[in-house]
Amino acid sequence: MTGLWVLVVALIVATGLGLWYQRVNGRIREAGVQDPQATRSSGLPQASDDDPPASIEADAPSAQAVALSEALDGRLGDRATMVQFSSAFCQPCRATRRILEEVSAMVPGVNHVELDAEENLDLVRELDIRRTPTVLFLDARGEIRKHASGQPRKADVIAALGDLMPDSGTPDFEI
Amino acid sequence: MSKMEPHVNAPVRPRPKVDPRGPRFGAAVTTVVLALALVLVGSTLGTVLIAWQTLVFALGALVGLQAQPYGWLFRVLVRPRLSPPAELEDAAPPRFAQAVGLVFAVVALVAALAGATVVATIAIAFALIAAFLNAVFAFCLGCEMYLMLARLRRS
Repeated sequence: MTGLWVLVVALIVATGLGLWYQRVNGRIREAGVQDPQATRSSGLPQASDDDPPASIEADAPSAQAVALSEALDGRLGDRATMVQFSSAFCQPCRATRRILEEVSAMVPGVNHVELDAEENLDLVRELDIRRTPTVLFLDARGEIRKHASGQPRKADVIAALGDLMPDSGTPDFEI
Repeated sequence: MSKMEPHVNAPVRPRPKVDPRGPRFGAAVTTVVLALALVLVGSTLGTVLIAWQTLVFALGALVGLQAQPYGWLFRVLVRPRLSPPAELEDAAPPRFAQAVGLVFAVVALVAALAGATVVATIAIAFALIAAFLNAVFAFCLGCEMYLMLARLRRS
């Protein structure tokens, strides 16, 4: 009976997919260095704490930061910004919005901006956003430092912001 | 640098709401029906099961979740035995998922009626995987595909 075998294989595949989805969904990852011209060949370098990416110190904002700043339209947070891409057919977008709103209300200088992916399709293509919700974590300069696709956990969001703003007391860029 | 202003929300439109456990229950019933259809594919009973599931998806996608038979079953038989839902959920994503299921079910039904058992088997298997992911992992495959489809559509 072929159908029975196909059923068994389909259930195994679905279980594998589901377990993989549970592992990666909402996990906050380091974003690569943002200047595509400079770092295209080197893949996705990890931005670690003790070795800040060169583009953060450097002069000109990346193309991605420029494209984002248009969509943000002055809503960039003083210390960090969480940009959430949402769409109409998105179940976890509402829960994600609630988590990010709570965190942005709790941490001064951090903004939460929700963008409709369909109304910003050019930006979505430029940043290669594939799912909703996708959350980008921007530093004070508007550069993408971390990203998560799927609903992130609140504790992970707070930890990610902590990484973004190491000197939480007195941000060095204000002196 | 902007002032510390409150975050800005996307505009919220009023939409129909559902108990999120309803679509999950429906996905579980769909998984069982499609599993039986897969085992019986090629037989008359298999085709009847696919036809039934196609009708279910069509009602959910074209009329609305309130007209979907498994949703009705949930409201009449299951929900009275449960505590009230923690919160209601937007009906648009699960309805979109019904539309994606409908596409696979129509392909399976046409193939089964035409005697193309291999095509019918593959289409049912895909629909089954999607329904299983929704029932067990609360993962809406159709919803995940939506943005990629939107990106293709208007490029």
